[in-house]
Amino acid sequence: MKYGVKVMPKKDVLDSQGRATELILSKAGFELTQCKVGKFIEIETTSSSTDLKKMAEYVLFNPLVEEIFISEIK
Amino acid sequence: MKKIGVVRFLGTNCDQDIFDAVAATEGLQAEWLWYEDKFEAGDLDGVVIPGGFSYGDYLRCGALASKVPVMDSVEELAGLGKAVLGICNGFQVLCERGLLPGVLMRNESLKFIDDWSVLKAEKTESPWSLEGELTMPIAHGEGRYFVPADTLESMKKNGQIWLTYSDNPNGSVDDIAGVLNAGKNVAGLMPHPERAVNSWMGGTDGRKLLERFL
Repeated sequence: MKYGVKVMPKKDVLDSQGRATELILSKAGFELTQCKVGKFIEIETTSSSTDLKKMAEYVLFNPLVEEIFISEIK
Repeated sequence: MKKIGVVRFLGTNCDQDIFDAVAATEGLQAEWLWYEDKFEAGDLDGVVIPGGFSYGDYLRCGALASKVPVMDSVEELAGLGKAVLGICNGFQVLCERGLLPGVLMRNESLKFIDDWSVLKAEKTESPWSLEGELTMPIAHGEGRYFVPADTLESMKKNGQIWLTYSDNPNGSVDDIAGVLNAGKNVAGLMPHPERAVNSWMGGTDGRKLLERFL
């Protein structure tokens, strides 16, 4: 089984990478109101009891400044 | 003689400098701690987690290093009320481990800053208390300290704000450069005291900080 963990910066925290990217895109003439930069982690496992949430909480994201979205990749 | 352990992770590169600085401090003795090995918390008087790029700053700065065996012993030692100092990447590791509140994020300017910084010692009423102004080098790309407003308020009330920048280089909340835990035995700072211990380095204010281990 393959899982995807999308890690995004929380709304109320300064996302400096997102802001810098947004600026470059705007300067190039692209229309956008916001850009957020996060990361995507793929986990492959043969165990049906693998707890993705626990894995994520252990080290994959920092809940102070990030939030996650777990999905199964078919 | 107080025995201070100096941790080494894969990617730590400021270890020799802090080891030498500790060893050169009268009354202190330095000992290496390898990341894979636990140690007896009762055998040491304190621990330093040096600066550098543990695990290449992969995933998040200090995140992977915070999970290795030596950190179990560091946590135990901290629980005994003994002194723990995290410098730069060490500060990041302590935050990721939960031994210090908050998190260090990418500098607001997105630039890696390598410069001297003037720090103000804030009132903490703790063994780590310093006075006046200290000048020490900073060299970091992810030094912007962040902590939610309610935690910041309780940290202020409890005297956990240890050092602040006179001229904030990275956008850290309230110009914070260094903090203490609630128990006031664990300290973390982004600047490098080990780079200000000899006059030929450009300053010796770092010595005042290391003397706090005594």
